[in-house]
Amino acid sequence: MDHDSLMFIFLNALLINNLVLALFLGLCPFVGVSSKINTAWPMGLAVIVVMLVASVCAYGINILLVHFEIEYLRLISYIAVIASAVQLVEMTIKKFSPTLFRLLGIYLPLITTNCAILGMALFQTFDEYSFTQSLAYSLGAGGGFMLALVLMAGLRERLELANVPDVATSAAIAFMLAGLLSLAFMGFAGLGG
Amino acid sequence: MPAPKHDAPVSLDTLKAGVWKENPVFIMLLGLCPALAVSNTAVNSLAMGLASTFVLLGASFLISLFRNVIPKQVRIASYIIIIATFVTVVDYTIHALSLELYNALGAFIQLIVVNCMILGRCEAYASKHRVSTTMVNAVGMGAGFTLALFLVGSIREILGFGTFFGIPLFGPDFQVWAVFILPPGGFIVLSLWLVLFAAIQRKRDRMAAGKEGAYGS
Repeated sequence: MDHDSLMFIFLNALLINNLVLALFLGLCPFVGVSSKINTAWPMGLAVIVVMLVASVCAYGINILLVHFEIEYLRLISYIAVIASAVQLVEMTIKKFSPTLFRLLGIYLPLITTNCAILGMALFQTFDEYSFTQSLAYSLGAGGGFMLALVLMAGLRERLELANVPDVATSAAIAFMLAGLLSLAFMGFAGLGG
Repeated sequence: MPAPKHDAPVSLDTLKAGVWKENPVFIMLLGLCPALAVSNTAVNSLAMGLASTFVLLGASFLISLFRNVIPKQVRIASYIIIIATFVTVVDYTIHALSLELYNALGAFIQLIVVNCMILGRCEAYASKHRVSTTMVNAVGMGAGFTLALFLVGSIREILGFGTFFGIPLFGPDFQVWAVFILPPGGFIVLSLWLVLFAAIQRKRDRMAAGKEGAYGS
């Protein structure tokens, strides 16, 4: 497959270099929100939306920064954009589904400090993706986050019925599961050819 | 805010709290992303730990200094900007000092900005305490974070490369356990450390509660 093609970039972000399971980004919400499928998938959707907005904005900002040769402001401006995008999503969810808003709780505003989103914006800049490539990348990255989150939630719901040793607190066993899931995702490494 | 006359004992406790009792990674589960992403060798994890500690110290100092000036409504945004400034400093410093390290850590230096450990400490501690207390606490927290990264990184390097700080530990016949330097190994090693910490904590609690329950864990 052509490494610049949109399909490759999308699949790469979705499966091969999955943000959570291969690059360790966005672990806090991954562990925090993945105990129920009911909260996992809306959280995933929220992240996808923020990713798309952040990706488009980051692309535009980067052009400006390069034009004025002030790349050292990249980090600060990206963070500001992501924070505003999160605010937008937060207000939308609060308006349309107060129940969901309460379920997601503290993790919704914390999407701002979700390293998956800043990581995605930085990676797309470093890899010098074009506009459409950036879109494909952010869609894949967000989708990958959601995929990992929902799979993990499914596993953890099953785990509630299992007999886990006392010392393995919920986080410890969750990381063990994540390790196995990550091992499974390594199987996609050959997909790029 | 602690009373000034109790400064010395409070400081010692605040220092120790970050290393063990409130260890940011193993107990509070903060700052996990860098703890796993760059901890495939002992050197990388030490560098990452020190860089994060520097940012934590700088940001805590400024935030504690200006804690009465920053308006409540925009505090998170102000904290992020302060943290981002220090991260940019660290980023350029590492770039200038060691290109090799810079390439190994990659985007994860810049991602210190979104390390929830740092923002968490700024919000929960620096914004409410005097500069001196804050700094002592930040040193403890930074040390605890570095220690945690170092513990995860050492195990992964020893098992995954068969080396420690680049020095071969085993004979040439050692079959490296490659999975430990790959992503799954990070999750698994962290999980095992969490179990260990929980087990030790439990044993201590039992000892404190009464002698009858204090058999091995």
